[in-house]
Amino acid sequence: MNDIISQARSLLENKTVDIFIGYEKGTRGPRPAFISKSEDADKLIFDESCSGNLAVYLTRKDLTEGKKVGISASYYALKNLALLFDECQLKEENLRVIAFSGNGDLKLLQSAEEIKQHVEGMPAPVNPAVEEQIRKIEAMTLSERWAFWTEELSRCFKCYACRWACPMCYCTKCIVEVNRPQWVQPWAGTLTNIEWQINRVMHMAGRCSECGACGAACPLGIPIYLLNKRMADQVKENFGKPGEEGNVLSTFKPDDKENFIV
Amino acid sequence: MSNEFEPKVLAFVCNWCTYTGADLTGTSRIKYASNVKILRLPCTGRIDFLLILKAFATGMDGVIVSGCHPNDCHYTSGNFHARRRWILFRSLLDFLGIDTRRIRFSWVSAAEGAKWAEVVNETVAHLRELGPYTEYHKVADFLSENPTKEKKETEVLHE
Repeated sequence: MNDIISQARSLLENKTVDIFIGYEKGTRGPRPAFISKSEDADKLIFDESCSGNLAVYLTRKDLTEGKKVGISASYYALKNLALLFDECQLKEENLRVIAFSGNGDLKLLQSAEEIKQHVEGMPAPVNPAVEEQIRKIEAMTLSERWAFWTEELSRCFKCYACRWACPMCYCTKCIVEVNRPQWVQPWAGTLTNIEWQINRVMHMAGRCSECGACGAACPLGIPIYLLNKRMADQVKENFGKPGEEGNVLSTFKPDDKENFIV
Repeated sequence: MSNEFEPKVLAFVCNWCTYTGADLTGTSRIKYASNVKILRLPCTGRIDFLLILKAFATGMDGVIVSGCHPNDCHYTSGNFHARRRWILFRSLLDFLGIDTRRIRFSWVSAAEGAKWAEVVNETVAHLRELGPYTEYHKVADFLSENPTKEKKETEVLHE
């Protein structure tokens, strides 16, 4: 833990970074900390419990625009950093990343290539509960699935926490704020909630790091992450590993397989 | 007049192949089900997935999405992009419990007037069996269709 403090402090002291995004001790668990003075670096922590996705803050322009940023990144945050580099949302010269190396030490990463290689060497956390829930829903009949999701999504009151929690949801103008035409009605109602979720998940197709921040952010505990997870699985099943030749939905192969177009 | 259920079908077709194909159906005097409303778009790549949802929300019982055969796209790759989108969209809808049997995807070229008639007739026959898509329409218009729920939704609580 001293290590993260000294590393962040030296980054701030040398003016390598203007702001460091890390974790500090919170009431029930670690919470994000934004450090811009080197003397404040003492409160930083970074251990296995810091599993959140801090990458979300990197595309918040009010926080990071024109600044050099340091960040302590867990597995999913690293994955998101790689994805954001692919989409040209980050600049290597403005970013310093502190990640765990295999033996528990910390490692300073700078380039997109380093980050990609590092994250490939890390073991992916597994979440059998999510897999189980997806299998359970898949096993339902069509009308049972419809009943399940309309019931769950009828509770949504459109706070858009799922959108704010997602590092890949960085559009400055979202489709739900566009009102000519009004694609998704702004009020909370089962239909517009379903439309919003379909829209969100389709826009995340092939871009999702599977971190689950959307589901964790939902104040009502609606299992919306299952939609993203299943979409990510479908992307892999149909088109292989995403990101190899660009975004899944902006590329294609002439021999993509389907069985429903007559 | 028969009391048989007449499904409402909206067809999203591309300008270059299926729309021209449907024109050929007409000029060839081939009769086909009149349940379909045709909406012409530049390319299947232009068909936003939300348009399909909007079709159901506004009372359609089925949707046809049709464009150029692979490798025949006027814009070279629009239909390839569309195909990828439909593969993922369809599986997402299925997971959510939305009836994908009501969405018919097809490739109809400008020369396939007879195939267009066939696609429409088959879709309409299939929808006649499935009946109206009340589940979705109810959600789209749930306050006016469901008095008990309306009462619950508009209830004022004084605690």
